[in-house]
Amino acid sequence: MADMTQGRRRGRPDIAISPWAAVAFVAAALALVPILAIAATAVANTGGLWGHIVQFVLPQSTWNTLVLLAGSGLIATMVGTGAAWIVSAYDFRGRGFLEWALLLPLAVPTYIMAYAYLDILNPLGPVQGVLRWVLGYSSPRQFRLPDLRAMWGAILVFGFVLYPYVYLTARAMFLTQAANVTEVARTLGVPRSAIFWRVALPLARPAIVVGVSLVLMEVLNDVGAAQFLGVRTLTATIYTTWIVRTDLAGAAQIAIGMLVLVVAVLMLERWARRNRRFASTAQNARQMQRFALKGPAAAIAFGLGVAPILIGFVGPAIYLVVAAARRLEFAGLSNALLRATLNTVSVSAIATLAILAIGFALAYAARLHASRWTSAAMRIASLGYAVPGTVLAIGILVPVAALDRTLGGWWTAWTGLPGGLLLLGSGAALVYAYAARFMAISAGGIEAGLSRIPPAYDHAARTLGQSSSGTLLRVHLPLSRSALTAAGLLVFVDCMKELPATLLLRPLNFESLATLLYGEAARGTYEDASLAALIIVAIGILPVILLARTSNRIR
Amino acid sequence: MRKLFKNFGVASVLAMAAAVPAMAQEVNIYTTREPGLIQPILDAFTAETGIAVNTVFLESGLIERVQSEGESSPADLLMAVDFGALIDLVEAGVTQPVDSDVLEAAIPASLRDAEGNWFALSGRARVVYAAKELDLDSITYEQLDDEEFRGKLCIRSGQHPYNTAMFAAYMAKYGEDATRSWLEGIKANQARAAAGGDRDGARDIAAGVCDIAVANSYYYGLMASGSSGDEQKGWSDAVKVILPTFEGGGTLVNVSGAAVAAHAPNREQAVELLEYLVSDAAQKLYAEANFEYPVTTTAEVHPIIAAFGTLEPDSQSLTEVLPFRARASELIDEVNFDTFTN
Repeated sequence: MADMTQGRRRGRPDIAISPWAAVAFVAAALALVPILAIAATAVANTGGLWGHIVQFVLPQSTWNTLVLLAGSGLIATMVGTGAAWIVSAYDFRGRGFLEWALLLPLAVPTYIMAYAYLDILNPLGPVQGVLRWVLGYSSPRQFRLPDLRAMWGAILVFGFVLYPYVYLTARAMFLTQAANVTEVARTLGVPRSAIFWRVALPLARPAIVVGVSLVLMEVLNDVGAAQFLGVRTLTATIYTTWIVRTDLAGAAQIAIGMLVLVVAVLMLERWARRNRRFASTAQNARQMQRFALKGPAAAIAFGLGVAPILIGFVGPAIYLVVAAARRLEFAGLSNALLRATLNTVSVSAIATLAILAIGFALAYAARLHASRWTSAAMRIASLGYAVPGTVLAIGILVPVAALDRTLGGWWTAWTGLPGGLLLLGSGAALVYAYAARFMAISAGGIEAGLSRIPPAYDHAARTLGQSSSGTLLRVHLPLSRSALTAAGLLVFVDCMKELPATLLLRPLNFESLATLLYGEAARGTYEDASLAALIIVAIGILPVILLARTSNRIR
Repeated sequence: MRKLFKNFGVASVLAMAAAVPAMAQEVNIYTTREPGLIQPILDAFTAETGIAVNTVFLESGLIERVQSEGESSPADLLMAVDFGALIDLVEAGVTQPVDSDVLEAAIPASLRDAEGNWFALSGRARVVYAAKELDLDSITYEQLDDEEFRGKLCIRSGQHPYNTAMFAAYMAKYGEDATRSWLEGIKANQARAAAGGDRDGARDIAAGVCDIAVANSYYYGLMASGSSGDEQKGWSDAVKVILPTFEGGGTLVNVSGAAVAAHAPNREQAVELLEYLVSDAAQKLYAEANFEYPVTTTAEVHPIIAAFGTLEPDSQSLTEVLPFRARASELIDEVNFDTFTN
């Protein structure tokens, strides 16, 4: 599709002169840098530690990670699909509330979930206290539940906080595609009880796999929850290899292993989506007839549906509110917490603006000059979403530190003043990491928003005398406002919650809310952590509300 | 727009010029210690001498930071919480020797570098918290792998520097094979995953998860004094502290300390701060606010810490232990210490 604003010149591709395309290509190149840097660092000599890592560290960490992936994937699938079916196939009191409330655990990051449950389920905590009172024991030494700090604890924590990803995709599938097929199945005599297993579940399998791949990405990305729960995953190993043993090359080598895992997960998702043929077309999409439930059956349905919300959101939220209130009473609002909040908000705001601008450039370039280069640029720039934060941070640390040393050398040679670490010290590296990681949200969301603007509008504007920048300012930007706002909100909240990359790339004396919590939990001081967690969860609810409203509007 | 930039440029140049004389009396510390623990002492120093103290907290990468800053690094004093970290500073070449009679008189020779490259400022013992019901009065480090503690021991990650120092000390005495089987025994004794912090040991004993825990001495003081809240006081109420010893030896004592940076711009102020930190007033604060063992012979420990008993440091010096750190760290991985399989 030739763009009307740039004439086709013989022998010269018109994309070469567009500033949008230039930004898009630079962004794609910058997105590739961390991955290439990891490969380059990994190849460097680790002085013998690599042999030790391969023999003694990697096998156990890899095994732990695989078991964790399998277990949490299974729990998330069971809970998410079950909840999606209950909410889509049946009608009962409270169904409407459940429909959006089941998304609430999305507001709780994995490390906060682990942190909260370690306290909630502690033998000295409220749940076991009540249990002991009911059973008639006076001391935890007489009776206590198994300790959560084990693989099964981690699997449950991850499964119950990440099920909303599967819930979202499965529900979308059930809502739009299931109607025809289930009705046909009913007429063919499939009993109602078997509809789920024989019809709906196979139909939703591709959607479920997409949801599960998102769950697996989140598990791979996590560094806090696994450490609090004592499970040594690959990500945690990368982190400790760099921080405790100061072996960057070793960390990079483990990071390569993780990237292999990530690619495997992505291939799994692609393979599942390939079998699209048994999904019905969008034109026939209409809602499934919901089967009305009354009495005890309705109560059971509501109970089953509300259980994941209680476990995945209500429990941690109540605990955080209580703990935060207690802390406020004991010590008030500390300077450290206020500073951390300010830091978090300012860096997230700056990053969000940058990410929105670059994401817009990527999407706009793809719109103005639809070619495989611009769409490739967008896909490459969105790669970072799949890369775990720790891996990305290692990949960014190496080139940025080298750049810092060079820049610092020039600065000192020129002015004689301390060079210091300009990029790492200012937080630029952190913004880079956020941009690499969350560009997919921005570019993808804005692309979806722009795609809703028909090309006819562009043509009309041009015939009415608008320049290309006029079209941008007066047609494209206003019409994509909601997409920009939604993308901005999602990116902002994701930046605020981010932990793995922030831990590794933050400037001196910089604590974000997430790193403050992590540091305190790691040191066992438990002071402002609950307040920081509460703020993060409170802000995390905003995208959930947005998501709930947009998904309602689709129907 | 252009005028705005021009004014901004002029303003910033003026601001920088104005800032220069303000940098007269100050000292800059790069520390891996949580700043809150040392702030009261630094505040007292500023009150007494008028020299401002700027603290930069680095959880990791202290050496890399200072090295990358090179000659123009603003760091004057480098503080670290582990003996190995102090030696690393010297070996990385980021320190300079200090010749001070005050420091040499106050600090015993074994707790400072012969050339004055680093100085210990406080001590911490690696002790055992035991459940009060256990009625345990004494324990040796060698006993930590005993069968009587099967499934009853809580310890943090084996890779944490506090633990690798202990394991290295064991290896310095008994060699690698004995250390390996000792570590395997400790792993078999784990009641839960080797994760969390030292205070979690006290909490888990209170919760009945384990009966003994390995931790640093000062955490008990921080918990028992109530300065960390009522909940943590409850944890410390459930445990008693035993000063373990090596068989035929003493207790493992690590140090926190400081070194003057190689290119310190405020060298005199840095030495002045060091001398203040070993004065009776500061050592008293180390003891009372942080519940650590002072390094000077004249200062006294906090009563809570004194109640553990008389500290008899192990005769093996930390310098002798150091070469075994790397191998000890590898052994942790080889016995899979940090993965809970019990």
